[in-house]
Amino acid sequence: MSDPDRRRLRTGARNAIRAAGEDSEALALGMRSRAEVWKSTAFLALLLLSVLVALSLLFTLILDAFLDGRSRLNLELLTNFPSGVPENAGLQSAIFGSLWVIGMMILTVVPLGVGAAIYLEEYGEGNRWYKRVIEVNIQNLAAVPSIVFGILGLGMIVRGPLSLGQVAYAGSLTLALLVLPTIILASREALRAVPSSLREASMALGATKWQTIWHHVLPNAIPGIATGAILAVSRAIGETAPLLLVGATVFVTFNPDGPLSEGYTTLPVQIFNWVSRPQDEFRVLAAAGIIVLLVILLVMNSFAIWLRNRYQRHA
Amino acid sequence: MADPSKQITSAVVSVEPVATTTSAGASVAVDTVLRTNDVHVFYDGVPAIKNVSMDIQRNRITALIGPSGCGKSTLLRTFNRMNDLIPSASMTGEVLYHGQDLYDPSVDPVEVRKRIGMVFQKPNPFPKSIYDNVAFGPRVLCMKVDMDEVVERSLRHAVLWDEVKDRLKGSAVGMSGGQQQRLCIARALATNPDVLLMDEPCSALDPIATGRIEDLMVRLRDEYTIVVVTHNMQQATRVSDRTAFLTVEVDEHDQRTGVVVEYDDTAKIFSQPGDPRTEEYVTGRIG
Repeated sequence: MSDPDRRRLRTGARNAIRAAGEDSEALALGMRSRAEVWKSTAFLALLLLSVLVALSLLFTLILDAFLDGRSRLNLELLTNFPSGVPENAGLQSAIFGSLWVIGMMILTVVPLGVGAAIYLEEYGEGNRWYKRVIEVNIQNLAAVPSIVFGILGLGMIVRGPLSLGQVAYAGSLTLALLVLPTIILASREALRAVPSSLREASMALGATKWQTIWHHVLPNAIPGIATGAILAVSRAIGETAPLLLVGATVFVTFNPDGPLSEGYTTLPVQIFNWVSRPQDEFRVLAAAGIIVLLVILLVMNSFAIWLRNRYQRHA
Repeated sequence: MADPSKQITSAVVSVEPVATTTSAGASVAVDTVLRTNDVHVFYDGVPAIKNVSMDIQRNRITALIGPSGCGKSTLLRTFNRMNDLIPSASMTGEVLYHGQDLYDPSVDPVEVRKRIGMVFQKPNPFPKSIYDNVAFGPRVLCMKVDMDEVVERSLRHAVLWDEVKDRLKGSAVGMSGGQQQRLCIARALATNPDVLLMDEPCSALDPIATGRIEDLMVRLRDEYTIVVVTHNMQQATRVSDRTAFLTVEVDEHDQRTGVVVEYDDTAKIFSQPGDPRTEEYVTGRIG
């Protein structure tokens, strides 16, 4: 077909559309009205803009922190302990504090959350009213401000019934309460996604419910559970407010020697402290600390993603 | 492959030429493995099947046929208590296995499922190795056996051994649909069951794979009692010895419930059905 032919056809189609008005779409194959094309382009542009805004904010944040903290990003930052002299101040106790608090938190919250999810998903009876009440409450808990959990931790864990004192594990437990709803919700989602044909196959072979869950349902749900854990850890590692309440202090010149080590600090608490100091040198330190925090977060999440992919490949 | 079944069924037909509405239990000398007495199954209190009384005979292939939604699978699942897994399901009546009521409170469903194996409509191998798939049953049942030997014997029984013997540690998910279904049969055989329930085992397979599964069923009949749900009437005539025809009855409240219309030797069901509804179905006028 030559070009003039094609043009004539197109004009013809356009005239037909004009002639037939609204219901003539079928007449012009492959031709959309200009308004329609414009609308879809505008929609696409809007979506791109949303992505760009999100990305540029994130990029600015990281770049700004990096430029500010660049001069202090060195080994001494990682090996030195806090100090009143900005040139000597470092993050060692905060890094170890964060690792202890988050590590113990993971060990506590993942079994608890997965256990609760298994009960609700596999054992809880269909549509009983109390099950719905539990579900709604878990969803609400996920949205409670972290400072409220801090007060709870202070009243129930540091003092009150548990009376652990201001130890690192009290911080872990408080953060565990904070992210427990996230873990439960994500784990339930993951369990629900395991096809029921697997459960039936296993039960039909004479496996008990527990054996079915242990051998088939849980291994297939691990990728989803890991995703939930990534979200939870990402939230917990940056939390400051509840830890300030349950005893994370800002000037600790030794590393925690275990979960019950009294006197600990964490990265966000240390950063918070540095930001609030008047000297500019401490602000530089804070920026460098943010970079360190981001790197640790990245390493932890990479590990979880690696774990998830490993299990996905097996499935 | 269909020769032995033809012999048996044609013999019975010549003895009993007159059509009767039901002749379950007419042949006396055969062992009854499973017997249902007035079984009703309900979902959320609504009956799905009612008044089912039938005998399943040893070393026979019994086919359950009928239109969609008539409760064939529901009936099949009462035989190994798989309906227990559906919270809304309940039942009345008795299912006797060698005279013992499967639904007696003292009976452990795990023991039931160990003796009465099941193969599902869609092949559902575990996302594990071929070996682990077959070994899973004996492992969870803590059977004291030589596992390598059990795996080999089960795979040979399911006529799959020669195809997979070099990749037993390979994933079961990469196999073809027909191979997966034979693996599922091998997996069910590994616990050494007495009865094999098959819920439309070939509906997801191509004709060649279907033919292999059918050959396998006929071969397994000497050692096992097989109950098979099928949508394919040719399949019922090819492999089964006995056939039960189920259909949906609509009562005055517009309640739709499955009933067993007729249960007899396969040749009789397909050549001289005793009930007009059976005749309509098997001649292809409905369903």
